[in-house]
Amino acid sequence: MEDVWSVAAGVFQVWMFVVLFLIMLPAMFGLSLGVTGVYIQILVKILEWATVRIQRGQQEQPSVPIPLPNGIIERAEGSMEEELEQLRSSRSLAGGEFALSDVFYFYKNGLESIVDDQVTQRFSSEELASWNLLTRTNQNFRYISLRLTVIWGLGVFIRYGVLFPLRLMLAIIGLTWLVLGTTLVGCLSESSVKNWLSELVHLTCYRICARGLSATITYHNKENRPQKGGICVANHTTPIDVVILANDGCYAMVGQVHGGLLGVIQRSMLRSCPHVWFERSEMRDRHAVTSRLRAHVAAKTKLPILIFPEGTCINNTSVMMFKKGSFEIGGTIYPVTIKYDPRFGDAFWNSSKFNMVSYLLRMMTSWAIVVNVWYLPPMTIQEGEDAAQFANRVKSAIAHQGGLLDLAWDGGLKRGKVKDSFKEEQQKMYSSIIVGHNRLGSEQGCGDVPEEQ
Amino acid sequence: MGSRASTLLREEEIEEIKKETGFSHSQITRLYSRFTSLDKGENGTLSREDFQRIPELAINPLGDRIINAFFPEGEDQVNFRGFMRTLAHFRPIEDNEKNKNASTNEPLNSRTNKLLFAFRLYDLDRDDKISRDELLQVLRMMVGVNISDEQLGSIADRTIQEADTNGDNSISFNEFIKVLEKVDVEQKMSIRFLH
Repeated sequence: MEDVWSVAAGVFQVWMFVVLFLIMLPAMFGLSLGVTGVYIQILVKILEWATVRIQRGQQEQPSVPIPLPNGIIERAEGSMEEELEQLRSSRSLAGGEFALSDVFYFYKNGLESIVDDQVTQRFSSEELASWNLLTRTNQNFRYISLRLTVIWGLGVFIRYGVLFPLRLMLAIIGLTWLVLGTTLVGCLSESSVKNWLSELVHLTCYRICARGLSATITYHNKENRPQKGGICVANHTTPIDVVILANDGCYAMVGQVHGGLLGVIQRSMLRSCPHVWFERSEMRDRHAVTSRLRAHVAAKTKLPILIFPEGTCINNTSVMMFKKGSFEIGGTIYPVTIKYDPRFGDAFWNSSKFNMVSYLLRMMTSWAIVVNVWYLPPMTIQEGEDAAQFANRVKSAIAHQGGLLDLAWDGGLKRGKVKDSFKEEQQKMYSSIIVGHNRLGSEQGCGDVPEEQ
Repeated sequence: MGSRASTLLREEEIEEIKKETGFSHSQITRLYSRFTSLDKGENGTLSREDFQRIPELAINPLGDRIINAFFPEGEDQVNFRGFMRTLAHFRPIEDNEKNKNASTNEPLNSRTNKLLFAFRLYDLDRDDKISRDELLQVLRMMVGVNISDEQLGSIADRTIQEADTNGDNSISFNEFIKVLEKVDVEQKMSIRFLH
């Protein structure tokens, strides 16, 4: 019996040694041992091999579905006017008047949106161009060949048996350290030393947490990093976005006060540096929110605020409407683009499907999180531009940098209904076509969905 | 692990749908994927609310009519078969189908059946005639509040006048076909699938 215990103790000591010296300490000082880099390279080679096998298998077995990340159907790109012109070209109508065939335009559009639409697909995980050997993205691929199945099985064992316990431990260590460290620092009085220590504590914890997810982050254009007194704005895919950004700098977080574990973390963070946590009731009062944030920004010595203007998690294939509230605060906006590589793990948090805990478990059992962060040059509101236009400008810049689709639709459509005013816009546009532009007076754009708050 | 859509659809069902609608195997599995992603209640059927959740459809002025086309008389749920049957009307006409002779059963996506689908969206009471009221209803849905009753009324009258050949002040299906004979229905009432 004693032998078993001593062996167990020995194994435990080796385990602790590995964790402490090979993972934690380098994380604290921002160094990397290069292990993750090698791991990623091996993974890429394996995935490429798997892709080739699958493509070969698809030719032999017609029942395996071919992934179509660009949608199932080809949609007509023309505006309402152009399409109706084409429909009527067979009849000699003088640019106005109604034709029975006009309805075809609306029917076709409607049926096309039933088959494949631009919005609802943003609220579920992106479809991959090729299987990445994870069970969760599997669509009958594992039956292609024995070797593929073996590699997949091996992958399951490694991910759940080896990587997951390691990552879980790191995450626990990281969070415990965050709570302890910030509480300790909070005991000090206000001084520059306190700020420096607070930053160190925060950075260390976030780095450990990032190791806890096997995150490989590449920061581009570091010279544009958000400065004190500014507002950092980024596209939102997952709560892990915060960890990703905070690995390279300290931000003042903005958000709702939660209960439970998250609440404990929030309160202790607040002790060491000024984050902005709102009560649920306060969040509804937009004026109060804006004035508190404005006060924070005006004190130019405070850390930059981190805001996600989409308001909800989107699946990282597009950027949806930015709520103009963040852009009314004033101050310099530092846009940041975050793009996850979907081959290594699906980072999107589908909050209707998974709660936070199962989401984190999924993250910790993916291959890795590989992410690219681009810091864009700072932007400020220009003359004659209102907050909504400024928000769109920033959104386009972020979408362009990350190769994401720039959508004008509101991320709130995940849970809410679309506004009637959009339908009224369509009706107005059609009316002006059949009656003639000069009769209705006001101008309309072609086929644009207007932004509304 | 979420439910894997393609494994819940049996091969026999896929074959039956293939025969009935003419969609290919891969198109059917992809559309089944879409069906299940719209089916938030996860009970194998879609309700009107499930359709309304698609923003682009909700802002379509004729969205409600289109949604109604999926639901058979008096029912509130549509299953996958029904879904496919309605979508089949919008399948493109393939070259090898264009020359089918009249004696074989017409496929759901023939030109006549596409026109019948459009006709039925006007003719709500199914009396095989589009009356002035039915035409006005559709017109009102498309223009909203932007055109007055009188103007809309005269537009409807003019349309019926042009189409009506037998003088009963309504448009029958044959008159409907005649009016639209030059319209490229095959292209305008078809959805181009990428696969």
